[in-house]
Amino acid sequence: MLTSEQIETKLDRILLKVQKPGRYVGGELNSTVKDWDNVETKVAFVFPDIYDIGVSNVGIKILYDQVNQREDALAERAYAPWLDMEALMREHGIPLYTLESKRPLACFDIIGFTLPYETLYTNTLNILDLAGIPLRSADRDESHPLIIAGGHSATNPEPMHAFIDAFVIGEGEEVIHDIVNTTQKFKSAPNFKREDLLIALTQIPGVYVPKFYDTTYLEDGTVAHTQPIIPEAPKVVNKRIVAKLLPPPVKFIVPNIEVVHNRVSVEIMRGCTRGCRFCQAGMITRPVRERSVQEVVDAADQAVRSTGFEELALMSLSSSDYTHINELVDAISKRFEGRKLSINLPSLRIESVSVDLMDKIKQRSSGGFTLAPEAASERMRRIINKFIPDEDIINTTRDIYARGWTTVKLYFMIGHPSETLDDVQAIVDLCRRVIDEGRKVAGWRIKLHAGVSTFVPKPQTPFQWVACDTRENILEKQAMLKRQLLKDKSIKLSWTNPEDSLLEAWLSRGDRRMSEVIYSAWKNGAKFDAWDEGKKHEAWLPAFEEHGLDPAFYTHRQRRTDEVFPWEHITAAVRKSFLFQDFRQSLEGQIRVDCRLNCFACGILPTFANLRRENPGEGWKCPDVKSPRTVDGGQLIVNSNQLSVVGGDD
Amino acid sequence: MRARITFTKQGALRYTGHLDLHRLWERAMRRADLPLSYSQGFHPQPKISLAAALPLGFSSLGEVLDVRFNEDLPTQEIANRLKDNLPKDVQITQVEIIDERAPALQTQVLSAVYEVKLTEPVEGSDLKRKVEETLQSATLPRERRGKFYDLRPLIEALNMETDAKGKHGLQMILSAREGATGRPEEVLTVLGIEPEYTRVERTKLIFQ
Repeated sequence: MLTSEQIETKLDRILLKVQKPGRYVGGELNSTVKDWDNVETKVAFVFPDIYDIGVSNVGIKILYDQVNQREDALAERAYAPWLDMEALMREHGIPLYTLESKRPLACFDIIGFTLPYETLYTNTLNILDLAGIPLRSADRDESHPLIIAGGHSATNPEPMHAFIDAFVIGEGEEVIHDIVNTTQKFKSAPNFKREDLLIALTQIPGVYVPKFYDTTYLEDGTVAHTQPIIPEAPKVVNKRIVAKLLPPPVKFIVPNIEVVHNRVSVEIMRGCTRGCRFCQAGMITRPVRERSVQEVVDAADQAVRSTGFEELALMSLSSSDYTHINELVDAISKRFEGRKLSINLPSLRIESVSVDLMDKIKQRSSGGFTLAPEAASERMRRIINKFIPDEDIINTTRDIYARGWTTVKLYFMIGHPSETLDDVQAIVDLCRRVIDEGRKVAGWRIKLHAGVSTFVPKPQTPFQWVACDTRENILEKQAMLKRQLLKDKSIKLSWTNPEDSLLEAWLSRGDRRMSEVIYSAWKNGAKFDAWDEGKKHEAWLPAFEEHGLDPAFYTHRQRRTDEVFPWEHITAAVRKSFLFQDFRQSLEGQIRVDCRLNCFACGILPTFANLRRENPGEGWKCPDVKSPRTVDGGQLIVNSNQLSVVGGDD
Repeated sequence: MRARITFTKQGALRYTGHLDLHRLWERAMRRADLPLSYSQGFHPQPKISLAAALPLGFSSLGEVLDVRFNEDLPTQEIANRLKDNLPKDVQITQVEIIDERAPALQTQVLSAVYEVKLTEPVEGSDLKRKVEETLQSATLPRERRGKFYDLRPLIEALNMETDAKGKHGLQMILSAREGATGRPEEVLTVLGIEPEYTRVERTKLIFQ
């Protein structure tokens, strides 16, 4: 294996031939370089997209800090090299290496991939290949690193089951220590067997080791069941959560080159109580846990001081729902007054209060004001459970223009269940009304940006049963939008390529057989699937054909109500029965209110009763639990009717 | 006040370009909580100016910038506050106070001194002959980005150096005036050396 000195010498020869060589050299402020020989366990975290995107990922940052805080372990980082660099690395025999010590990935004990979106799968294979590590879990032996992965797409890990040794389901900040401890213990044993380590990992709550499960299929190609094949492996792997959010990271990596997000991100709240039916994040990140105003403000201050960044983002799935949002905005404005800092408060509700909030943080006219109605007809907004009357949208956008913003961005989706052309026409009509009303208060200079993406029904959501809209329908709907909206000079329209949405759907809804398709697609040249440069259908369709699979089986099929999903043995603790009931309500156009107002018993509380009991009061937005403590301190399922639920509101 | 900072740019920072270096300093000053002056206008810019762009891939022992602060500070304090707020590959070697009315830094640069290490062995006598030929040429017509120019007057000095181990290198002093900047890789090309097989370090900027 090449030493770091050899890699550095080779890099010197090639770096001036690539775009942005600063992506490949590390040396950033706040990166941690530890003495390699003085720590036992070495972990490499990989964001399988380019540095420019990956370096600001907060998930990786949290895990990097967690591991580097240990005396017995170190964490370093790697990203996907861009096409020009990859070609030169292959030509010069440079394996993928970490930025901190320039050591090959293959030297590490653990490689952790974050997979926040499915279009990173082929890049993950490409990175293993560039690192000289066998792609398939089954081909790796004691000399190879343990390959783990986590992130939102792990809610259906099956398409990647052949390549990843262990998945983390849910939140990583505690479980990473369990994985490091277990790996350390087994690797230091005189007769280390990879198999023993993998079996031990099945005992960690939240860890899924796919090789110990087997899937059988029915004649129609759907899953009969997925079951453990060793007694140690749990039948169902429940996600892991932290009871209380750990202190947020403050020493963000400061890149020495321009990247996409040069900013401090402070997570103010995790989870969402809104229950939008299309939203996977809202379903899988429950329960809602909030940080205190004080903690957020202090962390933001420290982070801005330690990075010198010009931008601060207060992150959550729904800022307006943060209990003390007014106090937070006041405290932030006060703390950062007079400092040159732009403050980003995304995911605001469509109401005038949001405009007040943005006014307070003085984000006026810098860029646009973004709102996400997601659907333009009231009927459709009932179906997706994001109910907002049309009048609220008009009043809010009018208010935004009146207060000096010139651009409003509205996000919509097409391809929602039961959508008709009328619902799509409603997008056009709503955009025109927003502009017309805006002009009345702010004149002709105002602009509207309509971002219209295509809905992909995701696992572990109430819409997991529905089919994707067909390519023909999507093209027709997009044509309808383009025909009417593109001619208006005040309106900018953007949309997603239907091929990209199909790919996302195959990868997120697939079963174990998709592993072979992913492998073949990668062999056919697929990588950077989230990029325009990626090869799309010319790599993917032959891959399906090669393995005798019909892509439409995964995307364009309404799933039976009794269908066993490929992800049935993985749970985000929101019950299938709850999701199904919510799906039924959607068909009837019934909305469910914010679950802070009324607990709908999604399954979070019975699963995490002990965690909730130990953390009563304000932090969680679920009701308090008063039933007696169960014996086992870990994760356990208690019958929900044993729980007495008190209060619903905070 | 106006301060002049001399600093090194080594290691990974060799791959950070001019604009990114500017931003790096702006952030470092913010981290150090120094009272940076900003320009007026819709997009206020910090008053930091770098003397001369260093080509990507070169290291340096003597880069120079001027910065204006809203308050007067002792030079030692500026150096101390910045010390812990810079990436490890940038180190401050000097901080001086400069007359506010002195001409802009960029207009004061005359020439730059470069040390070139050859990473592949070369025949000493061969290199010596090429250096002499180069210095004896009346003109060295070169083309860069579609423009023709004469490299010869931009070469102020060119010496071959041989270290104790018998490894050869080069030292060159090239003009660095605005609109008349000699590039080390152009000189290397004239000498028949692939820039790819060299390590170039700017050791010093020479001012008026």
